[in-house]
Amino acid sequence: MTAPAIVVVGAGQAGYQTVESLRQEGHDGPITLVGAEPHPPYQRPPLSKAYLLGETDGMRILFRTADYYAQHGIDLRRGRSVQAIDRSGKRVRLDDGGSLAYDKLVLATGSRVRNLTVPGADLAGVFTLKTLDDVDRIGEALGRAAQVVVIGAGFIGLEFAAVARKLGKAVTVLEAAPRIMGRVVHPVLSDYFTAFHRGRGVVIQCGAVVAAVEGEGRVQRVVCADGAVHAADLVVVGIGVLPNVELAEDCGIVCDNGIVVDQYCRTNDPDIFAAGDCAVFDHPFAASRVRLESVQNAADQGRCVAATILGHDKPYGTVPWFWSDQYELKLQMVGLTMGCDSVVRRGDMAVDKFSLFHYRGGCLRAVDSVNKAADHIVGRKLLAAGISPSPEQAADEGFKLNSLLG
Amino acid sequence: MPTVTYIEHDGTEHRVELPAGWTLMQGATLNGINGIEGECGGSCGCATCHVYVDESFLDKLDPPSETEAEMLECTSSPRQANSRLGCQIKAMPELDGIVVRLPETQS
Repeated sequence: MTAPAIVVVGAGQAGYQTVESLRQEGHDGPITLVGAEPHPPYQRPPLSKAYLLGETDGMRILFRTADYYAQHGIDLRRGRSVQAIDRSGKRVRLDDGGSLAYDKLVLATGSRVRNLTVPGADLAGVFTLKTLDDVDRIGEALGRAAQVVVIGAGFIGLEFAAVARKLGKAVTVLEAAPRIMGRVVHPVLSDYFTAFHRGRGVVIQCGAVVAAVEGEGRVQRVVCADGAVHAADLVVVGIGVLPNVELAEDCGIVCDNGIVVDQYCRTNDPDIFAAGDCAVFDHPFAASRVRLESVQNAADQGRCVAATILGHDKPYGTVPWFWSDQYELKLQMVGLTMGCDSVVRRGDMAVDKFSLFHYRGGCLRAVDSVNKAADHIVGRKLLAAGISPSPEQAADEGFKLNSLLG
Repeated sequence: MPTVTYIEHDGTEHRVELPAGWTLMQGATLNGINGIEGECGGSCGCATCHVYVDESFLDKLDPPSETEAEMLECTSSPRQANSRLGCQIKAMPELDGIVVRLPETQS
């Protein structure tokens, strides 16, 4: 039997990992990787941090050099997008009028930024932050900017705020919700990070609903629903992302806030798979349907989908982990805090080194660490093994959590 | 440019020149060397760029930061006295000729 022809749609973390793992695991058939961006696949995490600070560059954030793909028989189609999937004919149609036949199709279509929909949101000087080109545009404008307004206090917005402060800009963060990073972290962490940012001179306004962006030709101010006006010559909008499901939906693949897959990244079509930000699945750790927007999930699902296609099925169920770097704070999170009913702290917030251990019904479910990688690591191991330290043990820095692992 | 030799777990050797300031993680991935992943983009957050540094170069390196030392506790292959994370070692003239061995697995 000849090796199947595999087409991967989307050249972000999940798409890259899929093709890389396919070749590593011995697939010797044709692979085509279709990516909408003009660049070879690159790492996004440095964009909002080291890249904007000039500590790395467009070359060094690439997963592989541009010639790697051809050398490994991977047909990388850059700057191309897939317009439609013909499931019965097993072809995808490209935006240049061409089409590609597939035996197996992987949808790693990722997510796109949620756009601000208020008047003036399209003014010059208003940016979103997702791609290398976005960040190059921001970087260029940032040199001339003095007053930065960040709309949305999630990881991206706050990482950017930290960078802009480091570069000496006046920074205001506007968040519509009552607290920062409210969707992903415990209120204790929201308060801690709010105080830290304020200590570095960032103005943080929660409950601030943006009503309009105004300016003559380019942004000059952001106006909130309560009438507050914030002067701005550069605005970054970071209000979340939406999964790119349209391709799948249009051809009858089951979607539900994401492309629905099982633990092997299989959709309801036996020849079509999905991985990364665009995929939603019943996570064994969550015991519920989740869609994860993280590097860990994209990379692990990329590996999983490659294994599935090659017939060495490895169900995916890694305990989710995430991180965010803001100033010198390294926030590392493992597990899921949804449904948790109690929390204990290990370590000292006053010296910026502590972890929160989250419990549900007395069972450890998540560990959030600030500058305490050791707790993050032991948390990963404990959660993977299903072992819970008692809350008293977790809170006692003298107790060696490693000792529970045997 | 400093020369770095990577030795894969199966013994395959790669001798490459890296621009000063590149990390050993970047040098491996951008030279198509397998056995280093660097999933977190080089922020000392995933421990998938684990390398074993040749003993003769160990004392030329700055000691690992607290975070790196802690992350080394979760490498996929066993941690040894000469274990480091490739993303935390920058190619500099004084490291010219450094040899690193790659572990069996990274994730």
